Amino acid sequence: MARAVTTRRKALNTAIAWAIGLLIFFPILWIIIMSFKSEGDAIKAPLDVLTSAWTFENYGVVQERSNYSRHFFNSVLLAFGSTLLGLIVAVPAAWAMAFVPSKRTKDILLWMLSTKMLPAVGVLYPIYLLFIQLGLLDSRAGLVIVLMLINLPIIVWMLYTYFREIPGEILEAARMDGANLRKEILYVLTPMAIPGMASTVLLNIILAWNEAFWTLNLTAAKAAPLTAFIASYSSPEGLFYAKLSAASVMAIAPILVMGWFSQKQLVRGLTFGAVK
Amino acid sequence: MKLKKTLFAASAMALVTSTGAFAETITIATVNNGDMIRMQGYTDDFTAKTGHEVEWVTLEENVLRQRVTTDISTKGGQFDIMTIGMYETPIWGANGWLVPLDDLSAEYDVDDILPAMRDGLSHDGTLYAAPFYGESSMVMYRTDLMEKAGLEMPDAPTWEFIREAAAAMDDPENDINGICLRGKAGWGEGGAFITVTGNSFGARWFDEDWNAQFDQPEWKEALTFFVNLMNDYGPQGYATNGFNENLSLFQQGKCGMWIDATVAASFVTNPDESAVADSVGFALAPNKDGVEKRSNWLWAWALAIPAGTQKEGAAKAFIEWATSKDYIELVAANEGWANVPPGARTSLYETAEYQEVPFAKMTLDSIRAADPTNPTVDPVPYVGIQFVAIPEFAGIATEVSQEFSAVYAGQQSVDEALEKAQALTTDAMEAAGY
Repeated sequence: MARAVTTRRKALNTAIAWAIGLLIFFPILWIIIMSFKSEGDAIKAPLDVLTSAWTFENYGVVQERSNYSRHFFNSVLLAFGSTLLGLIVAVPAAWAMAFVPSKRTKDILLWMLSTKMLPAVGVLYPIYLLFIQLGLLDSRAGLVIVLMLINLPIIVWMLYTYFREIPGEILEAARMDGANLRKEILYVLTPMAIPGMASTVLLNIILAWNEAFWTLNLTAAKAAPLTAFIASYSSPEGLFYAKLSAASVMAIAPILVMGWFSQKQLVRGLTFGAVK
Repeated sequence: MKLKKTLFAASAMALVTSTGAFAETITIATVNNGDMIRMQGYTDDFTAKTGHEVEWVTLEENVLRQRVTTDISTKGGQFDIMTIGMYETPIWGANGWLVPLDDLSAEYDVDDILPAMRDGLSHDGTLYAAPFYGESSMVMYRTDLMEKAGLEMPDAPTWEFIREAAAAMDDPENDINGICLRGKAGWGEGGAFITVTGNSFGARWFDEDWNAQFDQPEWKEALTFFVNLMNDYGPQGYATNGFNENLSLFQQGKCGMWIDATVAASFVTNPDESAVADSVGFALAPNKDGVEKRSNWLWAWALAIPAGTQKEGAAKAFIEWATSKDYIELVAANEGWANVPPGARTSLYETAEYQEVPFAKMTLDSIRAADPTNPTVDPVPYVGIQFVAIPEFAGIATEVSQEFSAVYAGQQSVDEALEKAQALTTDAMEAAGY
């Protein structure tokens, strides 16, 4: 039975939730404000920043100086490409672990997760040398593979969790009706796991979009995504905060909008199992 | 007629083919500093003159350093030109990682490069990188506050005078700090500043046998002086202030003095960005009274060609264009003499128009006063003023500067920090086989 909540308590909870939400969002809000200020005004005290003149100049400068569309296209390709490739590998893997588990399944899952505990810089040189040998440096294909591998443990884990919620009897019934493995996964399992798969896809697109270590280290001019676009506006000698803010807003805007529209699915997928 | 047409078509094809073979696209890794960004804006001029196209990869300094070091040490071949500094150039040149720049054209006039820059970018007398712009460090101070304090800044002040002036200008009620200096951890940030401060007190990183020297009295005196000066007259939280933080404070009128890179002069005197643009004076970096070495450093952002590039010809053509006298004149004609890349060529400082730029003379004097081959009072086995040009230095100095920043933050004493610095430097050097 749901607990009775007084109106006063409800208002308080709402206020606290809003306060926490605003606190978390404040850095992004401040970046957006700074992006509409001149460089001279952007370094002033917070109140003076708010009352100073607004300008679109920084967006114009950033647009003129950098090839935003190329970086954007690369980000889209890397985020969606790596997620799609990850799904192709992870769905059969998660199916096997969820429905045909062996004695070592849990060990394998833990081992996969343990690769996330290794600092990325620890394998930079081996990966870099491998990329040189394979001719993959500064290529979108190489980065799609790397980003897929980085996020694969998370995809497998999430799908495994959702698949475990689906009763095995349903799949058995499909098999008895003559479905082969491909049909079983495509037409029975996948439709039932859609909410879970949707949240997995969304989360991995966000993770791939924001990945900054490998995308900076394995690219130069051709395959560089929006993370490299932002990095090009950070300066050790000179205050270019306003332009850096404008570049940041341009880089995060697409994923922010996508996150806003899909937040319902994302939250539902992350907080509930597949068939709850 | 038919023959004529055929010959014409063949000639045109040959021209197109040869131009295609000659015109290349080079990839350049660079930092996001004002002069570098300006250079990117003039790329069309280079393309018009040579036919070569340019792809820019602009990165934050630390990211750039990691990126180009990874690429050059693994022969990745991602870049045809790299923007590197005085620390990397002699080390990479010695490793055979860079193309020697010993065949630049007579028109380029390599002898016009300031001697200190040329020495710092060479190994065994061979130039491995051409300076795009160079810098030293100097005192920037508020002339109005100095006047109000009844003091006059000498051209070559001592640390004792700097302390006296900081005390006189310090005005907490009006949010003015007597002095702003770097305290941020990192070998290129606070590490660079405390190293040159040490030089000006007679300290050094190593003796001639590569023994760490943090247990010597000169280091204790230098670090104690710095900490007391900043605790008494510096801004709150100076342990995390680097170049940009101090630039911001100075431009808002919150510092009486700031000792930092000469390149900052163009920022603090720019009325569009600085609230104190019309009241800034300059002086040489200070020294302890009686010590012959001053606390000014020497640095250059330079263009180098990694060995193994397939586009060496085009890369050399770009370097000759970007670091030429003509490029300086191009920028001066379009944006004024105050915006040309400073500190690289002697001829710039002989130009009458440039001599009128308020910080030109002090910048040149500061660069001339820096000697990377003889940086300290007592002899040392290394080259470099604010750094030691050995591969191990970046790692060691970052750790040492973290210990010093902990002192600035009040987390440990000067003695504790120096003891740790001595121990970690000794361990690292022994492990490296020195």
